[in-house]
Amino acid sequence: MDSILFIIAAIAAVGCGLNLVLQKHPISSALSLIGVMSSLALLYLLLGAEFIAMAQMIVYGGAVMVLFIFVIMLLNAGAEKRSDKSMFAQIAGFPLLAVLVVLMSFLIRQTFPATVSEVNFGEWVGGTAEAIGKELFTKFLLPFEVVSILILIAILGAVVLAQKEID
Amino acid sequence: MNLWLIPLCPLIGFLFNGLLGRRLSKQIVNIVAVGSVAAAFGLVLFTLSQIYPIDKPIGEHDFTWIQSGFLNIGFDLTIDRLTAVMLLVVTGVGLLIHTYSIGYMEHEDGYGRFFAYLNLFMFFMLLLVLASNLLLVFVGWEGVGLCSYLLVGFYFKEKFAGDAANKAFIVNRIGDFGFMLGIFLLVARFRTLDFNALAAAVKDLPVEASFGGLGLITLLLFVGACGKSAQLPLYVWLPDAMAGPTPVSALIHAATMVTAGVYMIARVSFLYDHSPAAMHIVAVIGLATAVFAATIGLAQNDIKKVFAYSTVSQLGYMFLGVGLGAYSAGIFHLMTHAFFKALLFLGAGSVIHGLSGEQDLRHMGGLRKAMPITFITLGIASLAISGFPFSSGFFSKDAILGAAYESAPWMFWVGVSTAGVTAFYVFRAYFLAFFGKYRGHHHPHESPLVMTLPLMILALLSAGGGFLSVPHWLAPMFPVAEHENLQPMIISSAFGIGGILLATLVYVISPALSDTLKSAFGPIYTLLVNKYYVDELYSAAIVKPLTLLSRTVLWRGVDEGLIDTGLVNGFSRCVQAAGSVLRHWQSGSIRDYATWILAGSLLLIFVLGLATGGAR
Amino acid sequence: MIDRIPLSAYLILSAVLFGLGVAGFIYRKSIITVFMSIELMLNAVNLSFVTFSYENKNIDGHIYSFFVMVVAAAEAAVGLAIILTIFKNRGTLQIDEVDSMKL
Repeated sequence: MDSILFIIAAIAAVGCGLNLVLQKHPISSALSLIGVMSSLALLYLLLGAEFIAMAQMIVYGGAVMVLFIFVIMLLNAGAEKRSDKSMFAQIAGFPLLAVLVVLMSFLIRQTFPATVSEVNFGEWVGGTAEAIGKELFTKFLLPFEVVSILILIAILGAVVLAQKEID
Repeated sequence: MNLWLIPLCPLIGFLFNGLLGRRLSKQIVNIVAVGSVAAAFGLVLFTLSQIYPIDKPIGEHDFTWIQSGFLNIGFDLTIDRLTAVMLLVVTGVGLLIHTYSIGYMEHEDGYGRFFAYLNLFMFFMLLLVLASNLLLVFVGWEGVGLCSYLLVGFYFKEKFAGDAANKAFIVNRIGDFGFMLGIFLLVARFRTLDFNALAAAVKDLPVEASFGGLGLITLLLFVGACGKSAQLPLYVWLPDAMAGPTPVSALIHAATMVTAGVYMIARVSFLYDHSPAAMHIVAVIGLATAVFAATIGLAQNDIKKVFAYSTVSQLGYMFLGVGLGAYSAGIFHLMTHAFFKALLFLGAGSVIHGLSGEQDLRHMGGLRKAMPITFITLGIASLAISGFPFSSGFFSKDAILGAAYESAPWMFWVGVSTAGVTAFYVFRAYFLAFFGKYRGHHHPHESPLVMTLPLMILALLSAGGGFLSVPHWLAPMFPVAEHENLQPMIISSAFGIGGILLATLVYVISPALSDTLKSAFGPIYTLLVNKYYVDELYSAAIVKPLTLLSRTVLWRGVDEGLIDTGLVNGFSRCVQAAGSVLRHWQSGSIRDYATWILAGSLLLIFVLGLATGGAR
Repeated sequence: MIDRIPLSAYLILSAVLFGLGVAGFIYRKSIITVFMSIELMLNAVNLSFVTFSYENKNIDGHIYSFFVMVVAAAEAAVGLAIILTIFKNRGTLQIDEVDSMKL
């Protein structure tokens, strides 16, 4: 059962990702990104990460992507136009990418042989909110506090950068 | 035993007069300059009285100068019998000339400078004579060359003085190059330059039958001596050096500096004894120089030039002496020559001073009434240089010619003929100056006492110096074969007296004879007056090609073309070219930057993942 | 049907999603789309963190993933504010026209 779910989620993720790259209009890309995030949430659930799956949906899907769509609509971003610049990127980009993906897959296959490690849904249920909370407030307390300051700074930065010019 | 005090005195005189001489009165400059040399002379007498008789050399080591690998050279001074003779000559004659200069340089500019340079010269000469290793000798050698340059070019506002100074220094340098090569070979072979160490190292080596390693070394050292002591082919600087003040000519170019070459050969006699081939070359060149210079002296009209060529000729005699192995004879002639040659030059200076600067013999004449003291003292000197019986020159020249008679009779006959020629041209100058009618336009007057007193002292030494028996004194160092053969003595004095009589005939009794002779020997006379055109030859063959080479090849070609344009500018052009190519990398396009980052990280992953075997 | 999914499948999926993100970054010309590709890359990395957490049966991977999410959110906020400023100053949202930092 979980294998079917995995395959569905994987295909959905890759498909939406491709759509993001290939679409001309930013809004279509934004919607495909939401699709990617949802499939990733499903995959997290399959891996036993309940809290992370939930956080993914709420934070990414509910907040970040909405923010993106707001900005796209605010700026009235239109479809992209052709460009003659950056020839190096256009020519050398794809081969390098292909090499990257193939190389990483090869390395992964080499390090994690298929028969040895497997994923079974339900084999590990340690990703509960309780467990994460316990770790977050004991072992990872300092990063937690620092990250909250980071968010504060981000808020301030966003407010300052986006305000209207004061004449 | 503080031998270092002896050169220190003139050094202090140099510093004092050099730094403060301009602001002080002439009296103070005189006192310091002459006083320092007098102090050195006094110290020499005192030291010699302490260690007389010098059966064993006295040495002292003041400090280590060079300590590098196996080479250990110290500031070592030594006195042995040879040094004693040289010290007395240098300080004694030097003191007399310093005294004389007070009167001669009275009306000249740069009074303090002159005495400062003269004192500096004394310092270097004393260093040269006292040194116990060859490198310290070389320091003194170079130093006296420097002082010669400074003093010959004393009247630096005249172009010919500056040119003469340059010529002196450059020709000396050519000789010094040979000297340095000799030093290098000695260091390479014996790893030391100390005279005692070298003598010990060489003692057991065989005498070289033909030209060998030691022959090469000694010959190179002799090249240095040729430069310093004006032998063929490096003598050309000495006649031109007469551009300097006359006391300079007397001290440096007659009595002391030019004799440094002879002294050096006597000092390293233990090297020369092992190479008869080199000694033969030394003797031949000495003899050839003696003849060559004597013939040129016949036709010169400047009184100082006549004496300059006679100096070259007499130096040739000294080298003949040491080249034949008669080292003590050479040193003996060095000493007597210092006396009578200094006297000749100082006398000529007195004549020039009395005639307010006239140097041409053709504008002199009949001066014996106006300058009696100069007349008598110069006469004594001329007799000495001609080898008149029982004068100092007679004994010393006979010592050399006697040695020649024993070993190489052909040299003896050439030598005595040259002695006759010497007598002739010296007395030619003497008669032209002091006899006949006065042919000039000045008012001749005798020189002051401060100038004539040294003349009188030197005249006494020239007349009686021969009885000082230097070869006997030097016998423990340079064994001299006692020869009681009177024949060479008689023959050489005969030739000398014959030359004097011939000169009397031509220049006193019937002066018209000189003009007849001049026209009879026309082409030869022109050759002699122009000094065999040697200077012109050197200029065309060596000087001009060298300047041409420097100007076109080395300056334009290498310096401007290769180094400036090629290397310096070329380097900057390379950098500019590289820059103009590389700047396109910074295109401003973010996507290109991202692609480059991707490429770089790919490389990293490749290296970390595959090359190092991955990580698990 | 294969019943067991090997671990490497998740990781390879993560790698592929990452590659897609890079492709988007390199080939898309609108700034906002480039930014979205960055989010895609971050998500791919999150997946790999969670996978490794499953493999080691350790919750630290989830914590890392959590922090990545937080930082990504903050970054998205500030980044979009910057994009707004660029739009105000340059009047364009094409990357290729924001290239004044060059020699």
